[in-house]
Amino acid sequence: MSQADTHRAIETVWRMEAPKLVAALIRVVRDIDLAEELAQDALVAALERWPTSGVPDNPGAWLMTTAKRRGIDLLRHRQLVERKHAALDGDPEHEAFTMPNLEALDDDIGDDLLRLIFTACHPALSTEAQVALTLRLLGGLTTAEIARAFLTAEPTIAQRIVRAKRTLADKRVPFEVPRGAELETRLAAVLGVIYLVFNEGYTATAGDDWMRPALCEEALRLGRTLAGLMPREPEVLGLLALMEIQASRSHARVGADGRPVLLMEQNRALWDQLLIHRGLEALEHVGRLGGTEGPYALQAAIAACHARATTAEATDWPRIAALYARLAQVAPSPVVELNRAVAVSMAEGPAAGLALVDALREEKALAGYHLLPAVRADLLARLGRSDEARAEFERAAGLTQNAQERAVMLQRAAGCTTG
Amino acid sequence: MRCMVMVRATAASEAGVMPSEKLLADMTAFNEQLVKAGVMLAGEGLKPSAEGKRVYFAGNGRSVVDGPFAETKELIAGFWLWQVRSMDEALEWVRRCPPPFDGECSIEIRPLFEADDFGEALTPELRATEERLRAEIAGKA
Repeated sequence: MSQADTHRAIETVWRMEAPKLVAALIRVVRDIDLAEELAQDALVAALERWPTSGVPDNPGAWLMTTAKRRGIDLLRHRQLVERKHAALDGDPEHEAFTMPNLEALDDDIGDDLLRLIFTACHPALSTEAQVALTLRLLGGLTTAEIARAFLTAEPTIAQRIVRAKRTLADKRVPFEVPRGAELETRLAAVLGVIYLVFNEGYTATAGDDWMRPALCEEALRLGRTLAGLMPREPEVLGLLALMEIQASRSHARVGADGRPVLLMEQNRALWDQLLIHRGLEALEHVGRLGGTEGPYALQAAIAACHARATTAEATDWPRIAALYARLAQVAPSPVVELNRAVAVSMAEGPAAGLALVDALREEKALAGYHLLPAVRADLLARLGRSDEARAEFERAAGLTQNAQERAVMLQRAAGCTTG
Repeated sequence: MRCMVMVRATAASEAGVMPSEKLLADMTAFNEQLVKAGVMLAGEGLKPSAEGKRVYFAGNGRSVVDGPFAETKELIAGFWLWQVRSMDEALEWVRRCPPPFDGECSIEIRPLFEADDFGEALTPELRATEERLRAEIAGKA
């Protein structure tokens, strides 16, 4: 192996092993910065040794042993300093420095990763901080990569990570997976962060920067990892199913001209059947666990209806409308209501859909949302109320920020003939 | 990126020798690591080529040949589909794989074509066909 090859191999091993290494070290030393420092030390040792000795057969274990040895040295040194200070203070009450048991590092690492995810997504942190810390600690992404992915300046992300770690230390956040009712709330935050990362990459699939689509893959990997660690949590599998099915459409979402293609107009032959299969399988698993009423499971079930339809016409709209009705109950939001209205209009006709949309017109949250008049316009047009439809298409055109969408809306407005 | 990881056949695998309990346990442990790392999308073992068939194409002609096939080392005995960050990562995972057979054997890693790879090859004509198919599927043709 050439020098360059070895360096690439080390970098690769590092990315794969860093999360497990840091997670195990945090469990023992209870300090993210110290854990990262020890892990980095082990990396430096690998960079020194491996080019001559070759990459060991079990690089993860090598890094762990090295980090442990360095940790023991460092902590002994600290202990010594502490003792000296205590002696100088002459204070018998001086809190003794307790030596963490680094031997305990060899325990099962699965739980460590789980604890790390829950720590990175702790409610004491802002969503932005949760995302940055999760990608840094679990995705092994560098600060520069996270900054590029989120189109943010690198110092901003660096600062966000530093502050997040300080907050966790100041609040003495325990490094643990919560139990009971607390688990549900915290798990929702964890899933929210993963889905946010996914969407950040998904909406940008057409972009030039490879980092953003890579976010999608990273979120999928995190989701799959989490499902591997918590195979009995229906919402974890629900989110995974949702992401797999959405990802299955990524090749069909952009036309030859680079313009987005709506779901109903996509070439279904381009949908990735392997990912659909994986999504449907995860959803079946959700069913076996009896968790089909969770918000992610319901969204996945809706996505599955589209995935199962071989043509747009074959879509099971009554089922989608029913699923939206349930989603509106467990996770009420005006956007869900609007989607439900569309599904109802497809299942029962435009009049039924319009009644639901009209009920949303006073909704403050949708005041500037161009899709409300756009959906309304479409329903009015289908009902033959052309003048009203034209006015609504024009209103939608005025609200959208997207030039291509505006063009489509104005075109449709022009197409409304007085009836 | 995605890659297919193929386990090359050996004389023993072609002879239908079944894996030992130890190997099955080791492979299961390896697969578990792959799953927990979010890497493994699919994976299967293949029966010997004696149970396979091959279809040869020559213009419009088709001829079917029954297995077994002669070139053992070129045959596939099993495969995985992985989602990895790089070929280096795929390579590192393969290094960690328990030896799939006794004696000499090999595993091959091949990256999959992704949509972007077709950029140049997907000509405007092919794009047009795709558009037409899309229209047909949508019932608008």
